[in-house]
Amino acid sequence: MSGEEFVPLSLVPLLTGICVAVACALPGNFLVLRRQALIGDAISHVVLPGIVVAFLIGGSVGTLPMLLGAAGAAVLAVGAIEAVRRLGGIETGAAMGVVFTTMFAAGVLLLEQSDTSSVHLDVEHALYGNLESLIWLDATGWGSLLDPQALGALPVELPRMAATLVLVAAFIALFWRPLKISTFDEGFARTIGLRTGALGLALVIISAIAAVAAFDAVGSIIVIAMFICPSAAARLMTNRLEHQIAWSVGFATLSAILGYVLAGYGPLWIGLQDSVSAAGMIATVSGLILALAALGGPHRRRGSAAPVG
Amino acid sequence: MIAEALLLQLGYNATLVTLGATLLGMAAGVGGTFLFLRKRALVSDAISHATLPGVALAFMVMVTLGGDGRNLVGLLSGAALSAVAGLLLVSWLSGRTRLAEDAAIGSVLSVFFGFGIVLLTVIQTMSSGRQAGLEGFLLGSTAGMLRSDALIIAVSAALTLALVVLMRRPLTLASFDPEYATSIGQNVPRTDLAMMGLVLAVTVVGLKLVGLILIVALLIIPPVTARFWTERTDRVVVISGAVGGVSAYVGAALSAAIPDLPTGPIIVLVGFALFALSLLAAPGRGVVSALVRHRAHQRRVHLRQGLLALAHGQPIYERMTLRLLQARGLALPDGVPTDRGRARAARALRDESRWQVIRSDPAFEAAAAQDDGLTDIETVLTADQLAEVDARLPKVGMPA
Repeated sequence: MSGEEFVPLSLVPLLTGICVAVACALPGNFLVLRRQALIGDAISHVVLPGIVVAFLIGGSVGTLPMLLGAAGAAVLAVGAIEAVRRLGGIETGAAMGVVFTTMFAAGVLLLEQSDTSSVHLDVEHALYGNLESLIWLDATGWGSLLDPQALGALPVELPRMAATLVLVAAFIALFWRPLKISTFDEGFARTIGLRTGALGLALVIISAIAAVAAFDAVGSIIVIAMFICPSAAARLMTNRLEHQIAWSVGFATLSAILGYVLAGYGPLWIGLQDSVSAAGMIATVSGLILALAALGGPHRRRGSAAPVG
Repeated sequence: MIAEALLLQLGYNATLVTLGATLLGMAAGVGGTFLFLRKRALVSDAISHATLPGVALAFMVMVTLGGDGRNLVGLLSGAALSAVAGLLLVSWLSGRTRLAEDAAIGSVLSVFFGFGIVLLTVIQTMSSGRQAGLEGFLLGSTAGMLRSDALIIAVSAALTLALVVLMRRPLTLASFDPEYATSIGQNVPRTDLAMMGLVLAVTVVGLKLVGLILIVALLIIPPVTARFWTERTDRVVVISGAVGGVSAYVGAALSAAIPDLPTGPIIVLVGFALFALSLLAAPGRGVVSALVRHRAHQRRVHLRQGLLALAHGQPIYERMTLRLLQARGLALPDGVPTDRGRARAARALRDESRWQVIRSDPAFEAAAAQDDGLTDIETVLTADQLAEVDARLPKVGMPA
């Protein structure tokens, strides 16, 4: 495939997909180890009402109000889950179920009641996003990567996702030791003076930022898949956290590339004319990778060795 | 219009949908209780998302065989099959690998749903126009529902509810006390399987009505709500069924009466309103009653400390204490005790001295364990014991 075709049509969605996958997989490693994997599920459901409310207040689909609304909803949801858990004495799973289904229902209702037909805001879009539409119109070929004018017209999702990826990676690098210690031995972490509660909250907030930034481009389902599948598969490959992170980044990248290519060109290979949902295909590929790891990963069984740092 | 809807006066179809929703809500409430008590509430999240590829595949198969693809029974069978596959994968991943259950649930729900979306986009291209209605499975739709669809939902919801009622005894036992259930010869794994079957049935029946994303709410919110109102095991089941039924009835009626009010979300929001009300107002476990108890306790502590201070002739600076004493006519605004206050203070002091005797004597260990600084000693000891304690009190000439 030539650069004239690949660069404008596929380069940006592909890079964006990789950024989303890796930005979600990095915090996902800790969420999976801390048995908080479903926080990603909850966050990606509650982002919808946040975006709708931001739209109703702002009246347009501006990027910043949307991000603020989504982030606000995510923080509200985390607070509400904690409140229901403490005030009602209800276990976390059920508290999460109550909060995220209600907020999602409220989001759908608001969406149906308000006149958002003029803009591209609907439930399907929220669920599967629109990776394929990130076309770089001004690009003419590989040379455009060095052309400031063409770069200026780059779809905004790519630089935004790249920035999010840098932020997430920086957070994990900066808090590497405390995160690692508090994930494996919270009691010990507390005795050496780490503020494990604040650290846990920071991890959730970083995950929310990754989810919110990814939401517009790729929808909520792929975000949940990327939080869990690459890091779960990586967990079955190794006992060392450093290696697990590396595996998960590799799996996430592979899912994004393979999923995007299969969605765009797979149907052509078997004689169909149109491409299928790239976000859905990326989630599917990440599931296949997890299935392979679960069937043949060297550390797939419980107790194959104690997790060591 | 709303009153008519609540009284089922909006025609045959709307009535059927409302009744079907009510039965479904009751079945979900009861079935969800067992899931909630087994701490597996979010398994239903995986089950519901896993129905999507089944619905899409069933549609494709039916179209390939020459049908129009929208046969509800066919679509729901497909949904049930792929939900079973998802459920098996969750239990295989969490049982046979070292992944925890939440990771297993999350990966299955996202991957199945993602694959379902891939299939939906395939359907969009293979037969434009005919897929209309499939999106209804995401969020539920009653608007485009045929009379036969409504009837299928009402009948299968009734069947599911009957099944739940039939199996309630072993289910209750296994949920609340699996060890005991095993010891009396019940096959707990098989009961768990039956429970999952029920949840599956509720999910599949509810697909068309509330959609696969929100059916989870119907399984989780009613039992959590019911738990606020009772400590009795069997009552949780009944209340949860009632909460589910009422939410679905009111929600479906509202949605039939008011245009642009989608059924699924409104049912969930009615359920949440009941939950919020319970969280606040339930006796015992509710927030308000906990607050009331806390205030009452606080008052008793302040009053007691105030009386002891009066008895020792100490000045009272604490404003809440002073206010409480004053309101009961035990002290004047400047902290000087009234006659009644003096008598009550003396009683409090005598009570405190008696407690001191008890605490220092191992013979009274059981009674001393009830000492929280507030309990009246006369409610703990018999008259004889009190006399014995009084005989040992240091003689300081306190008025009796």
